[in-house]
Amino acid sequence: MAGEGFYRAMLRRQLALSLRRPVQLFNALLFFALVIVLFPLGLGPSPETLGEFAPGILWIVALLANMLGVETLFRSDFEDGSVDQLLLAPQPLYFSVMPYLLTQWLLAGVLLALVSPLFGLMLGLPVGAMGALAASLLLGSGVMSVLGAIGAALTVGLRRGGMLIALLVTPFYMPVLIFGSGAVQAAVTGVDSSPYLALLAAMLCLAVALGPLAIAAALRISVDS
Amino acid sequence: MYFPGPSFERSETPSIIAAAMWTFFHKLGSPPWLYTISGQILRWLLPAALLALVVGMCWGLLFTAPDFRQGNSYRIIYIHVPAAVVALGGYYIMAIAGAISLIWKMKMADIAMLAAAPVGAALTFIALVTGSIWGKPTWGTWWVWDARITSMLILLFLYLGVMALYEAYDNKVAASRACAVLALVGTVNIPIIYKSVDWWYSLHQPASIKFTGGSTIDPSMLYPLLLCIVAFYALFACALMANMRVTILDRERRTGWVRRLVEES
Repeated sequence: MAGEGFYRAMLRRQLALSLRRPVQLFNALLFFALVIVLFPLGLGPSPETLGEFAPGILWIVALLANMLGVETLFRSDFEDGSVDQLLLAPQPLYFSVMPYLLTQWLLAGVLLALVSPLFGLMLGLPVGAMGALAASLLLGSGVMSVLGAIGAALTVGLRRGGMLIALLVTPFYMPVLIFGSGAVQAAVTGVDSSPYLALLAAMLCLAVALGPLAIAAALRISVDS
Repeated sequence: MYFPGPSFERSETPSIIAAAMWTFFHKLGSPPWLYTISGQILRWLLPAALLALVVGMCWGLLFTAPDFRQGNSYRIIYIHVPAAVVALGGYYIMAIAGAISLIWKMKMADIAMLAAAPVGAALTFIALVTGSIWGKPTWGTWWVWDARITSMLILLFLYLGVMALYEAYDNKVAASRACAVLALVGTVNIPIIYKSVDWWYSLHQPASIKFTGGSTIDPSMLYPLLLCIVAFYALFACALMANMRVTILDRERRTGWVRRLVEES
């Protein structure tokens, strides 16, 4: 298959671009850690209070970190004309945006999911819920990356996109937050969290199947304008 | 007696209907035609809508029995429910217009989409405010984080998102295409958001109007409510057309037919 090399090269390029500045990866984690610190300062240090709110806090902070990270997904490639080249390439744009999404998910979502038990521990989340936390973040960050990329593609041509993308994608993030924090909450109370994880997985499938259609349409509009 | 054969009917009628539909479709794309016809429709639709609203409101507010549990406070249902129903329907009207403008590049469809957004947002806001006023005597609090209230609040944010995106673009042709994409993404997401919020928490009374099976609302209360819903839909259509007429005039202000229109008046 001739196209396979194209996508492999795209993925390698995306990963190389992101890994060239490892500090940026740490910035996302640092942001996550800093906002986590705000909660004990705002709510008080009592482990009971923090433990009670921990599933919600961890998920909301992950959501914010994802939204901030996804904003710049297409920006530099849009400005240097790489996106124009993708539009002209024979490969369908539907598939060409996949390497962007995969890179974003691997370097923001998966990384955050892997270190999230550490932050869960700091907030007094029971050890039994760590698995549900990591699994729900793993699935949920994939959905959020796709939904956020739609917002990023719609606003990439605008100068003042930062606040706007938050306004556009936050409503779409809400079901992910509900099921994600629901999974952690279920694990904390000792209920089976797999229905929530199954729903998140279903949303991930739907997002991966339909999201690139909207991203491709939005990128075409942004390039035309 | 002579009966035309079925083959005759099948071959003739559809082509006539198809031709008429295509003519209608092409006419829809013409600003002067749409401007004239919407003026004629508004001339009778607006009085009819207002009449239906007045009759429905008087019927509901004055001539129905008070609810045995909620007393007279339930009567706000005649504003709250129609506003909420049309606010949700309005999002789909906006998204369908957006889809038509994306697929067939029809200018009038994207004017309709942009005209629907503020009207829908206003209705969502009315539904939220009346719901809050209704909540005070019923639940004893102005605001409850219940599934339907939260969903309506999210719907308001979806409408505001479309309007904010349109304002952010300088190129208005690209702006309306971007809004159409966003409205379509919203259409896929609304059922997911509604279902998830529904599962998240439910304190609201279960839906009381069901078209299939038994309805828990008394018919004497239901009929004025249905009339009010029809009236709200008609008013939505009027506001949509009035909004579209202003936008058409604004976009076509340099053309001959608008100049002639101004000279005549």
